[in-house]
Amino acid sequence: MSIAAPIAPPVERENYLNKEYGVGSWLLTTDHKRISLLYLLSITFFFFIGGFFALLIRLELLTPAGDLVQADTYNKLFTMHGMVMVFFFLIPSIPAVLGNFLVPIMIGAKDLAFPRINLLSWYLYVIGGVMMLHCMLTGGVDTGWTFYVPFSTAFTNTKIVEAGLAIFVAGFSSILTGLNFIVTVHRMRAPGMTWSRLPLFIWAMYATSIIQILGTPVVAITIVLVAVERTLHLGIFDPKLGGDPLLFQHLFWFYSHPAVYIMILPSMGVVSEIIACFSRKRIFGYNFVAISSISIAVFGFLVWAHHMFVAGISVYAALMFSLLSYSVAVPSAVKVFNWTATLYKGSIRYDAPMLYAFGFLGLFTIGGLTGLFLACLGTDVHIHDTYFVIAHFHYIMVGGALMGYLGGMHFWWPKISGRLYPESWARLAALIVFIGFNLTFFPQFILGYVGMPRRYYQYPPEFQVLNVLSTAGATVLGVGYLLPMIYFLWSMRYGKPAPDNPWNAAGLEWQTQSPPTTFNFDEEPVVTWEAYNYEELDAPQAGGPH
Amino acid sequence: MFDNFPLWPDRASTAAGNVDALFIFLIIVSGLMTALIFTTVVYFAARYRRRRGVLAEQIEGSTPLELTWSIIPMFVFLAIFAWGAVLYFKSRTPPRDSAEVYVVAKQWMWKLEHAEGQREINELHVPVGRDVKLIMTSQDVIHSFFVPAFRMKQDVLPGRYTVAWFRATKPGTYHLFCTQYCGTQHSGMIGSIIVQEPAQYEAWMSGGATGPLSATGEKIFAELGCATCHRTDTQGRGPNLQGVFGKPVQLEDGRTVTADENYIRECILDPGAKRVKGFQPIMPTFQGLVSEEQVNALVAYVKSLSPPVAAGTKTASAALPQDQDTNKTAGSQVQ
Repeated sequence: MSIAAPIAPPVERENYLNKEYGVGSWLLTTDHKRISLLYLLSITFFFFIGGFFALLIRLELLTPAGDLVQADTYNKLFTMHGMVMVFFFLIPSIPAVLGNFLVPIMIGAKDLAFPRINLLSWYLYVIGGVMMLHCMLTGGVDTGWTFYVPFSTAFTNTKIVEAGLAIFVAGFSSILTGLNFIVTVHRMRAPGMTWSRLPLFIWAMYATSIIQILGTPVVAITIVLVAVERTLHLGIFDPKLGGDPLLFQHLFWFYSHPAVYIMILPSMGVVSEIIACFSRKRIFGYNFVAISSISIAVFGFLVWAHHMFVAGISVYAALMFSLLSYSVAVPSAVKVFNWTATLYKGSIRYDAPMLYAFGFLGLFTIGGLTGLFLACLGTDVHIHDTYFVIAHFHYIMVGGALMGYLGGMHFWWPKISGRLYPESWARLAALIVFIGFNLTFFPQFILGYVGMPRRYYQYPPEFQVLNVLSTAGATVLGVGYLLPMIYFLWSMRYGKPAPDNPWNAAGLEWQTQSPPTTFNFDEEPVVTWEAYNYEELDAPQAGGPH
Repeated sequence: MFDNFPLWPDRASTAAGNVDALFIFLIIVSGLMTALIFTTVVYFAARYRRRRGVLAEQIEGSTPLELTWSIIPMFVFLAIFAWGAVLYFKSRTPPRDSAEVYVVAKQWMWKLEHAEGQREINELHVPVGRDVKLIMTSQDVIHSFFVPAFRMKQDVLPGRYTVAWFRATKPGTYHLFCTQYCGTQHSGMIGSIIVQEPAQYEAWMSGGATGPLSATGEKIFAELGCATCHRTDTQGRGPNLQGVFGKPVQLEDGRTVTADENYIRECILDPGAKRVKGFQPIMPTFQGLVSEEQVNALVAYVKSLSPPVAAGTKTASAALPQDQDTNKTAGSQVQ
């Protein structure tokens, strides 16, 4: 491979990247786009830490015996994998990176409503992250990311309080981001940007923010209660002290179930943008897709106890929560149908973002449908806490959320970096991720139904073949995730300069320059069109593809 | 060939077939849905790929279509819900005349005690064709009792009883897994369920027991002096326990509760919590003074004072006429 010479853009226009240089101009910035890049760096760092733990887990499970690491180490590995991936990668991923970058630009604003609070959220995230790293380096935690009591409050001697505080601090970062987005969407839309003209990504971010604001405080309180019981021995959850262990599970899942929607809703928003652009159409049933985001956010709060069907809750409570769980399945299905219908009579191109969107559709469909198995009381009793659950939520949170995140990163990379990424490498990576993902996680559905429990460090020999398949897939998946990081970095130096609107896409973010200036627009835009006006963009006189 | 590559778990209880049927129905429904979405996406993606001179046709959306694909899935979901609810309800309702096994979980082992008095560790012998009710509690953290071949799972909590039941249908040895993460040796907290033909089971049963669990309970009841207040007449300072089990109890604060295993357990460990109407709060707590096994024995004893369980105890003691064999077979019971 020949080394391409750096291509200097003819005249470097002033933009948010080259306006100022120096560490201070980044660490003290209030520009939402720079903060977005700060987040990008930090969550990528945590993604690879979490991924490293996953790799060790899969290696340990290659053989039935516990031979690579010790049991306690293994327990810490899956705990730290979960905590890092959930709290320090997936929850901030799309909102803090793409949302931060795009929410103001998409609605025609100069910045978020509270730029300094935005910077504060990043610092809170970093403080939480450093606390988590310190906790990991000095011993770690072995409770699983779920912190179930009384194990976490009275039995383990690992660093529960420290890990809890790290999550507590990072939680405020999430709350403040949500607060910022809600105020921004309400107060800072450009003239003419009515609610019905908002891109569906904004609707998704808005719904996500609601969950962040309403849910995160509950998990924060729960963590404080765990810390209080652990240090002061106040009886809250531990039955020996007069507490109730199921109370903990109710509080924990009241946040942690909606948290799944914090991860998946933004991805749904990204996919709506991509599918519209690459099939050159407005999204089929815009109103229904927008409303389904809000209803997922609202109904998402009413289903938490479906994590507790075998935990010892009353039969009647279980019946109610099972029924309500299906009320979340309906709007999710509606979204999938609408995306599919959008393709009908479109003019479809298969660029890398679209391949990720197709991948999302496939994996989210499987993830969503296997959710029906778990929401169903009769089958959940058998598959609860087995590898079936692991497979299901990875299909949603990695297959769905991460596919959407990567698709969005490719779609908006020209806008963010001002450079084009290498298209054929990107298509290859999308394919590798899709194949590797299915190879890793599909065998786990079978493994779960056959009966392998989760969080097992060693297992009976009959489960080995499926575990080997899964580990093999994980290595493929690992390559698929490394590739984009490499070529994104490469493109920052060697990529072709990106035009302002490389996809000829609708949306205000494509009407400003790539990369945008610090205040996004030279003059405040006035919006007179609907969100996906591809008809006008592609009309012959507008210089479309004719 | 599939010894190392099982694609389906053993089916060894009455519940297993029902759960499998629902699972297969779900596979068919979701398989059809997946196929529908995949083929539509692939077909549209190929049929409407970008061609020169062909523009996308803008379509607003369609409310009738939206309603169709909301309402049809909704009814499918409701059907799945109802089917699942029926199975769940069954799995949570132990039949009346089940054999009873008390389970105590601890880091990282299962201790099981048959109502007839046999004790086992990490192993449970049960006969084919008999309903078995598990009355479970934990000595420390939360565990979960999972037998894949029975499609049965129930978390085991400290400080209270949870209940599960099954009826085995096929002799064999099946996995018992702990499925609620419980610390270092979580994955080592496994055991076997040994399902035997009734005759074999009777043979196994006939050795090793020191007497029914309720008899042990009676002894503890006497030793702890419970009988001084809980007398068998109406003169005691505590309620008469004859025939109490399974009946509603009027409480001092006006509520009424059913005297089930959990209520009796609570009365032993936290007597003030649900005091019976008309009695003074004079009973001391036995929290920390009795082990989980002793609580189980006391509960079994109180249950034996009520007619339906008393009938069960009779058949159990009928099967145990041979105390003289105890020494001979004791070794094979607990391993």
